Amino acid sequence: MTDILFKLLFTFAKIGLFTFGGGYAMIPLIEKEIIQANKWLSMNEFVDIIAIAEVTPGPIAVNAATYVGYKMAGVWGAAFATIGVILPSFVVVISLASLFLRYKDTPSVKAISKGLRAAVTAMIASAALSMAKASVADVRDIVIVGLVVLGIFKMKIHPIICIFLAAALGIALWALSGGMTLFPAL
Amino acid sequence: MGFLLEIFSAFFKIGAFTFGGGHAMVPLIQKEVVDEKGWIEAEDFIDILALAQTAPGPVAANTSVFVGYKLVGVPGAVWALLGTVLPSFMVILAIAMYFTRIADSLVIQAAFSGIRPAVVALVASAAINIGKTAVRDLKGITICVLAFLAVAIIGVHPIPVIIGSGILGYVLFKDEEASRLNNRTE
Repeated sequence: MTDILFKLLFTFAKIGLFTFGGGYAMIPLIEKEIIQANKWLSMNEFVDIIAIAEVTPGPIAVNAATYVGYKMAGVWGAAFATIGVILPSFVVVISLASLFLRYKDTPSVKAISKGLRAAVTAMIASAALSMAKASVADVRDIVIVGLVVLGIFKMKIHPIICIFLAAALGIALWALSGGMTLFPAL
Repeated sequence: MGFLLEIFSAFFKIGAFTFGGGHAMVPLIQKEVVDEKGWIEAEDFIDILALAQTAPGPVAANTSVFVGYKLVGVPGAVWALLGTVLPSFMVILAIAMYFTRIADSLVIQAAFSGIRPAVVALVASAAINIGKTAVRDLKGITICVLAFLAVAIIGVHPIPVIIGSGILGYVLFKDEEASRLNNRTE
């Protein structure tokens, strides 16, 4: 039991330590560590967690850690994974705060952070691609992707609203395709 | 102790009412600690934000650690971070306890069949949005494309890619940043 707890703590600390730019940028890291190396989740399960994280309070990384931790080792697992993902923030911010404030405007720090920000864009794009491979299977899915992109960029619809609309669409299409007649009790 | 509890409850309130990931929390943290409580000067908050976005880890966690640390040192950081994380920890724990039970329901599956492509669209949109500010010249594009190829196509672990992008950023952008600094000081 303690083995899995420390593995959760260590794995999520690693994810926390190498995530720059927050949230979505950590998805490729979660994919490597949680989905491929440890097989604690499937990609589809992880996409579901991101959806849940979007509509519940709190940072996505923390939400994912709590969920995976609970799934693997109950409430203690949730606690260890969550502490793991926020531990690097705590240590790095406190120990480097004064150093950072002194050097943040130097060319070196600015140049490094420019490189990191370009990589963050690549990480998020790569996350979108792996998630599409797992979760976009047919024309219906592609249409939903297109609609949501339009909704976000053209109509400025809030992401949370997009998720609820997509859920409603999913249920409506299922009902139309005969879901309701198959299950009259609903 | 009274002040620590006040810090905790301020961040708990922010943690409980911000939906849509950590970035959504930052304006609320600013409103609370700068405008409402007057704990932090507006200019100092800009520095805090710069650090929170540069340091690894969830942006909301970094911001609360730094605000708490600035106010009362390490205990302040602990209480601020606890306040930020606890609401999402409890909500996700509750969901994790019951989600596996309702996940088999056909209606929920239908809803998630609509939600999954929507999440892909949200992540892709985030990549586009961040890319607009983070990838603005040929050097940025180079780092972004190399990082994307490495992670998404070749399947390199994200950690060496992130470290490499920081180094590449340093090499490519250092002279540019240095001359920009000289122009400003002249």
